[in-house]
Amino acid sequence: MTTVHRSKKFDGISVLNATFLILVSLLCILPLIHIIAVSFSSSAAASAGYVRLWPVDFTFASYMYTMSRTEFWQSMLVSLTRIGIGTPLNLLLTILVAYPLSKESHALRFRSVYAWAFFVTMLFNGGLIPWYTTLKEYGLLDSIWALVLPGAVPVFSVVLLLNFFREIPKELEEAALIDGAGHFRTVWSIFVPISKPALATLALFSMVEHWNSWFDGLLLMGNPANYPLQSYIQTIVIQQNLSNMSRDAMLDLALISDRTLKSSQIFLGSLPIILAYPFLQKYFVKGIVLGSVKG
Amino acid sequence: MRTKLRKELPLHLMLLPGLVMIILFSYVPMAGVMIAFQKFIPAKGLFGDQKWVGLDNFEYVMNLPSFTQVLWNTLFISSLKLILGLIIPLVFAILLNELASNVIKRSVQTAIYLPYFLSWVVLGGILIDILSPSGGIVNEFLGWFGVSKIFFLGDNDWFPFTLIASDVWKNFGYGTIVYLAAITGIDPGLYEAATIDGANRWHKTWHITIPGIRMVIVLLSVLSLGQLLNAGFDQVFNLYSPQVYESGDILDTFVYRIGLLDAQYGVATAVGFFKSIISLTLISSSYFLAYRFAKYRIF
Repeated sequence: MTTVHRSKKFDGISVLNATFLILVSLLCILPLIHIIAVSFSSSAAASAGYVRLWPVDFTFASYMYTMSRTEFWQSMLVSLTRIGIGTPLNLLLTILVAYPLSKESHALRFRSVYAWAFFVTMLFNGGLIPWYTTLKEYGLLDSIWALVLPGAVPVFSVVLLLNFFREIPKELEEAALIDGAGHFRTVWSIFVPISKPALATLALFSMVEHWNSWFDGLLLMGNPANYPLQSYIQTIVIQQNLSNMSRDAMLDLALISDRTLKSSQIFLGSLPIILAYPFLQKYFVKGIVLGSVKG
Repeated sequence: MRTKLRKELPLHLMLLPGLVMIILFSYVPMAGVMIAFQKFIPAKGLFGDQKWVGLDNFEYVMNLPSFTQVLWNTLFISSLKLILGLIIPLVFAILLNELASNVIKRSVQTAIYLPYFLSWVVLGGILIDILSPSGGIVNEFLGWFGVSKIFFLGDNDWFPFTLIASDVWKNFGYGTIVYLAAITGIDPGLYEAATIDGANRWHKTWHITIPGIRMVIVLLSVLSLGQLLNAGFDQVFNLYSPQVYESGDILDTFVYRIGLLDAQYGVATAVGFFKSIISLTLISSSYFLAYRFAKYRIF
């Protein structure tokens, strides 16, 4: 009985299980690898369907073409601006809302009214048309603010952070208050530094959200020059007919096919996520465990 | 009393910017649902002098032959997504937990979690390419086994299942990690005791692992119920085309087309309002049940 403390034995079933799980993992990453391989292959090889998981006739042609487009750089700039404004704004508002709401109701009058006001926005919304109409009436169409202001208060993040704040020992706050610090000072000098890991998680949430959003860009930006990158990619990769890109010019190049071009754009659209993935994974696992399995 | 208020005042001030934001961008659009009861003319403005038509817009929608189909598509696609989205991650978490090698375990986790972070634009682009009947790698692969070409995204028989499968593919890594985290919390002593009593792998899974994470299973099931009318706008929008509207058009894409493409603002808002009311009921009930059975509280 030497196996008593080793419940995980090495036997046929284990090998089968491991093999199955590895196959499924491959299923999750091979499509992406295939697209990357196509994007670096020659137009002829890609069109003929020779490319599997490794580029055939390696070339940068489709990337050179994509990067030579001003639209690409414009939309990249819009995306970066969006993250640059959106993420700090999300974090700031999350902190400002979560701190008061983390107080007991005797320490903050109307706490539950406030809490419900925020919570309701997670339960009910006016729907697409009223949302669009409102933003139009505010005169936000075709402006970067249309992309960052509507989601300025991420209520789910507020919930995560307020629960995190509640774990912080009361004594710390009391000591700060006795030393004459006000609430603003206490948040900034005590709560924020202690919550750095939680805030880093929320910052990543926010950045991924802003990077991946495409529909609001498509809907709220009348001028394609204002599209963020994902909306730009959506119009050229998913929608077939393009008014703002001359396909003739593209075909003239002959070095790139529609397929390699689209693949390169797909890859560029996911590149920051892939690069940040090691961090993302580490923090998000903590984040979802924090958020989902509590209670 | 007065000093207490003065001490509290900064807290209220802190809430102010957030409140202003949700009033402007959540509550004002909520008031905008009145468009559902109007013959809305955008030029007159949201709070302008619009013509009220009572329930005409709702009546009009209910009589559209496509509406029943859209409702059915929504329920069919989302319920299958919900069921598979709960079971498959559970199975994977249990299988992963059985792995002896930590290296494999971690690599598998990393790989299956990746698609979750990519946008439906990126994944849509990938799927359109690999599922294409002309030169797509999936059809080529199936061809090796003598399967004839399948037009996954253009065939009404296949389209809903392609949606369901690709949604599970994108999201099961997330669910797996939630379940796995819960399994990690189970007392290892229970497994050791069971081993001594002669329990095998299946006994342990059935009598320790599953009961051990019962709460998480209940919680995830109950919370997912609230999403029954959300069949996945981002996904469908990026994968569908007119030839699969019959099987793939869902409430949200329907609202988009009749509202923004056909400019029938009142009708589209009526459909959206109908959806919001049912969703609100579903979500509230699911939170209530989650509190009842799993002591889950959001605040």
